[in-house]
Amino acid sequence: MRASCLLAAALTTSLMGGAALAQTIYPINRAEILEGSRFDFKVEFPNAPTSTEVTVTVNGKPVAEIFGRPTSFVQSEEGQKHSALWLRGASLPAGRYVVEATQGASKATVNWEVFATNEPRKARNVILFIGDGMSVANRTAARLLSKGWEEGRYGGELAMDDMPSMALISTSGTDSVVTDSANAAHAFTTGHKSCVNALGVYCARNALTLDHPKVETIAELIKRRSGMAVGVVTNSEIEDATPASMVAHTRRRSDFNDIVRMFHDVKPDVIMGGGSPNFLPKSTPGSKRTDNEDFIARFKEAGYALATTKTEMNAAVAGGSRKLLGLYNTGNIDGAFDLRLARKGTVSRFPDQPDVVEQTKAAIEMLKGNQDGFFLMVESARIDKYSHSLDWERSVFDTIMLDNAVKVAKDFAGERNDTLIIVVPDHAHPISIVGTYDDALPGQQLRDKLGVYQQSLPPNYGPRDAEGYPTDVNTSRRLAIAYGTYPDTCDTGRPFMDGERVPAVKGPDGKANIANEKDCSGPLATRKVGNLPLNANSGVHSGDDVILTAMGPGAERFRGHKPNTYVFRVMAEALALGGQ
Amino acid sequence: MRPQAPIPLPTRREALLGFATVAVSGPACAAGAEAIRFEGLYKSFGVLGFEFSDNVTALRGKEVRIVGYMAPPLKPESHFFVLTREPLAICPFCQSDADWPVDIVVVTMRQETPLVSAGRKVVVTGRLEIGSATDAETGFVSQIRITHAEFALA
Repeated sequence: MRASCLLAAALTTSLMGGAALAQTIYPINRAEILEGSRFDFKVEFPNAPTSTEVTVTVNGKPVAEIFGRPTSFVQSEEGQKHSALWLRGASLPAGRYVVEATQGASKATVNWEVFATNEPRKARNVILFIGDGMSVANRTAARLLSKGWEEGRYGGELAMDDMPSMALISTSGTDSVVTDSANAAHAFTTGHKSCVNALGVYCARNALTLDHPKVETIAELIKRRSGMAVGVVTNSEIEDATPASMVAHTRRRSDFNDIVRMFHDVKPDVIMGGGSPNFLPKSTPGSKRTDNEDFIARFKEAGYALATTKTEMNAAVAGGSRKLLGLYNTGNIDGAFDLRLARKGTVSRFPDQPDVVEQTKAAIEMLKGNQDGFFLMVESARIDKYSHSLDWERSVFDTIMLDNAVKVAKDFAGERNDTLIIVVPDHAHPISIVGTYDDALPGQQLRDKLGVYQQSLPPNYGPRDAEGYPTDVNTSRRLAIAYGTYPDTCDTGRPFMDGERVPAVKGPDGKANIANEKDCSGPLATRKVGNLPLNANSGVHSGDDVILTAMGPGAERFRGHKPNTYVFRVMAEALALGGQ
Repeated sequence: MRPQAPIPLPTRREALLGFATVAVSGPACAAGAEAIRFEGLYKSFGVLGFEFSDNVTALRGKEVRIVGYMAPPLKPESHFFVLTREPLAICPFCQSDADWPVDIVVVTMRQETPLVSAGRKVVVTGRLEIGSATDAETGFVSQIRITHAEFALA
């Protein structure tokens, strides 16, 4: 199911008045809130009561007394069948809070924990690596491909493996077991859980995507409360969910033009990714804006250097730039598999794109001189995107790329012991290593070639290059990796050298997705009936937990099983971001 | 090109609901129409914007013919549809909410016409318009349009 379908359904429900059975309080029950961080307090009452028909208390006292500011009350908010009590931009000292909303005989109660952070600050810098959709099989396959395997042992450890702290992280949102990258990244950057498609907001009944109750992001907190520099680096479009979670407040992750404005509002010092069209005024061919705002010009006015290629990026670093807007592609930056091996995707159109490793190096170089330290978020975004298209080689190459970027950060951190490094996926995909395809096995079908158990011999990929990528994966014995969800599709058992896999295409009825016939005619091509709803044309996320590893001051807090919001808490504690 | 914020984005499901087939207008092959191709619309696709090709610039306001794929239309009968270089396979989550490709062509027909199934290859004939324009009704911003158009299955 598409995220936008879910959103449409949610909005429709809310517009129709829904099953508004009880009062709803935002932030929601069991919220963990950083002391002094800003959040919008909202209570929704069903059946559009007047203000005299309802009572709201916090720890038994009137709301205005606790927050030290008046609330506002809107009967029939936006003409809907509910009334709302609002207090935007609230904050609280540390403590436990019980919020009660009473309407007639009905009482709703939520509990909040507002947590303090101890001085002195433990970490000077934080580098948060997000492997979008990076599942356990991604790590295992990346280790196998980049370090080698012999007699049951790997030829080395990944940089992200070799860290002292580890935790199992759960990724669910408030609305569903399996979440998306917007809400999942939002949990890291705000410490609050929210719903699919949401960034920096709780999902209330508001009609407009930008009106929902907001919570402060870590980039906003840092900019408001410290002298730290902030970097946001990705190889997706910069407006995409994960990088946007640093600055955005919207119920709809696809509000790209608004998200560009939000980047400009928060002004992270280093901003790098793809997705330039939403920065261009609509009068410029290639723009995706609906107004004539020129955000390239506005960032330049704000003192940013502009880079559109790797060469320009490196020149900006060499020239001593401390603020950089790097936009290297109109869409996503090409992944490592296309940049290095296949040369497909948009490599010919954008021949001088930096990869995530080069971007990370450049970002650290620009941020490290800042007197009060820095916070850098780096995303390897296409691990996820390629798993959606069931193209595991591309997904694993981008896992290796993330690991090389982690290596850059570890080399920087060295013996300093002042930099907290966290590597965490935002959610999983149902991906597993099941054996190897061996062309030497007898038989005429792809399944005959699948070596399992004692026949799952290591792949005979080409030699690895200096950065640990195999130089050839289209060989006679290849890793066999299975995805647990798929539309109707054809498996080839081989890498897709002609460009990213397109597993399914729209069928003749214009609704159902059917196998992409391009992949169905090869010698071993195997047609399989999908296990996803017919409106899905690619694989979906899974609700499995993910593996976090970390090192540096504060990392010791990671152990056992934690919710994704805990990542925010550890970072906020390490940087001592709390306080009234 | 992107629908404006205040206009609710139709989901693919909505876009296709009630989608009937398929009467196609007459052979779209007006005499004297210059053939243009998706590959030749732009001279360059830079990060900071595109440049129209010399050919397209020269053909501005003239009759042209182009082959492409019909994107899922908003309504089964419409004055306009979006023509894409490749069949539009929408990828949940990964394509930023089914964003449009950068090199689409907006086709506006002489009259409201029943459209064919999404993803069909069509040949479109009409008058070439270039430059940024915003459709008053839908808020679509487009750079290349074919107006007074007809289409046929290719």
